[in-house]
Amino acid sequence: MAPRTEPITFPGMPRTVLVTGISGNLGRALAKLLHTETRVVGLDRRPFAGKPKDLAHHQLDIRKARVEEVFRRHRPEALIHLGIMHDPRELRSETHSFNVLGTHKILDLCARHGVKKAVVLSSANVYGPRPDNSNFLPEETPLMAGERFSEMRDLVELDMYAQSFMWKHPELETVLLRPVNIVGPTVRNAPSNYLRLARPVTVLGFDPMVQIIHEQDVCRALALALRPGLRGVFNVTGPGQLPLSAILHQLGRHPIPVPHLVVRSLLRRAFEARLTSFPPEEVDHIQYLCVVDGSRFVREVGWSPSASLRDTIRSVVA
Amino acid sequence: MSELSDAVRARLKAWTYELGGPGTRARLDKITAPANEFGVDPYGFDLDFAVAAVAPLTWLYRKYFRVELHGVDNVPAEGRVLLVSNHSGQLPFDAAMIEVALLVEKDPPRVVRALVERWVPTLPFVSTFMARCGQIVGTPENCRRLLAADEAILVFPEGVRGLNKPFRERYQLRRFGPGFMRLALESGAPIVPVGVVGAEEQAPALLDLKPLARLLSFPAFPITPTLLPFPLPARYHLHFGEPLRFTGSPDEDDAELERKVAEVQAAVAALLERGLAERKHVFW
Repeated sequence: MAPRTEPITFPGMPRTVLVTGISGNLGRALAKLLHTETRVVGLDRRPFAGKPKDLAHHQLDIRKARVEEVFRRHRPEALIHLGIMHDPRELRSETHSFNVLGTHKILDLCARHGVKKAVVLSSANVYGPRPDNSNFLPEETPLMAGERFSEMRDLVELDMYAQSFMWKHPELETVLLRPVNIVGPTVRNAPSNYLRLARPVTVLGFDPMVQIIHEQDVCRALALALRPGLRGVFNVTGPGQLPLSAILHQLGRHPIPVPHLVVRSLLRRAFEARLTSFPPEEVDHIQYLCVVDGSRFVREVGWSPSASLRDTIRSVVA
Repeated sequence: MSELSDAVRARLKAWTYELGGPGTRARLDKITAPANEFGVDPYGFDLDFAVAAVAPLTWLYRKYFRVELHGVDNVPAEGRVLLVSNHSGQLPFDAAMIEVALLVEKDPPRVVRALVERWVPTLPFVSTFMARCGQIVGTPENCRRLLAADEAILVFPEGVRGLNKPFRERYQLRRFGPGFMRLALESGAPIVPVGVVGAEEQAPALLDLKPLARLLSFPAFPITPTLLPFPLPARYHLHFGEPLRFTGSPDEDDAELERKVAEVQAAVAALLERGLAERKHVFW
């Protein structure tokens, strides 16, 4: 069952919102939520399938000089930056350049063209799953995800850059959102794909608490972040946390427990042989804790997810 | 598979109720843990699992270590509190016995959260078992959060230095770390000193194979009369002292803090001294 998707609106909603990475699954869902409330301009190097008629889309790489033309023409008041690529099979240098350079370019353009608000989507996984993590990580926790999982370094770097941008440009309201694992019917990220496996690998004897959030709730959080006056870094939590085994049980999965001493080397071989899309570093996420404290977003925005825990779990099979 | 585990769980719970004595079930039913629809609290504590899981520990409590309890009423029935205990016995059965005592003997029962070593979450099964029983990694952030929620925390300020000390140094407290005092001052929680007598004799460490411990990244690898640190049936005596209250700033300088820490250490030492004097025999 889909959660309620009442339009999000508030006084001072920016009149034009530029959304990067709009052609992705999350971007498209966000566009559907936002285009009735404000003028949405899309920016993505991929075409936007099923684009609403009132939405202007520019098929451009965000690193290209012509992106400035989009700013000049549409004069966006706000940016929502989703244009981040995660693909463990993609060439490292290409994803790194796209993610890091792209973010630099787009935020610089915001500062130059009088954009008032920049919402950047990061992830709660920037803290990294670690055995000595506190049960609830506040926003001030060091971003350690890159320590063991180099693919995460892009995201950590992007997150750090957005933070320094926030301090360098006080005239611009920068909001950095770190949602927990995003799941949903359309998203194709690692947590959703993992939960879709009929026989997922688990680590024998480990059953960490896991937080998930429905893609629709992430879209609502991104829209709420546009509210005038809001700036800062926020963890965004879903309807709660529960043991990984309870999620798998709820979905009727039959896990294959593998001892922790061999799971990484087995997964490495399987990944290299293209038998799985999960790099071995992902094992940390099903072995150790990476649960965040979302109380700041609740306090400052009145955040509450609309999808229940059960519906959020079920959403991966919807 | 899940039917089997449900049956096992039901049997274990019945065993806990039986070992706990009459009225145990009614007392345990009074505990209200803030569980979600999947039966766990935000930290992963599962009361139903814990009641089943403590059955073998309650058996150890009643039949094996035959624990004698003194001053359990010194533990407040509600509100934030830090239990500060000596640590010994190679394997942390002392923590388990303190927790069983407060769960099975106290009315109303108190769920105690013991702070576990940071390497525990790297151990298979142990990590999950600890989490479902409400034990958490001892980070200051975790303690603050639990004390703010008026929970009871069990601290071993000696850490593994106390747990894995050799037999010839039994009942000699290692220097207490000061972290717990800062938390007590910050949260205004009272400190209940706890003296555990008996755990030292459960597994006398004759030597510590340090290279092997390093290889396995264990804090120690003690060699005991039973080779592995499997406990001998020494009788346990748990002594809970009167709550101590401290005032001051959590940021005060180390000398002032050390003085307060020393006061707690002295209280624990006094409980041990009393316990050892009152004890008739190690095993009886």
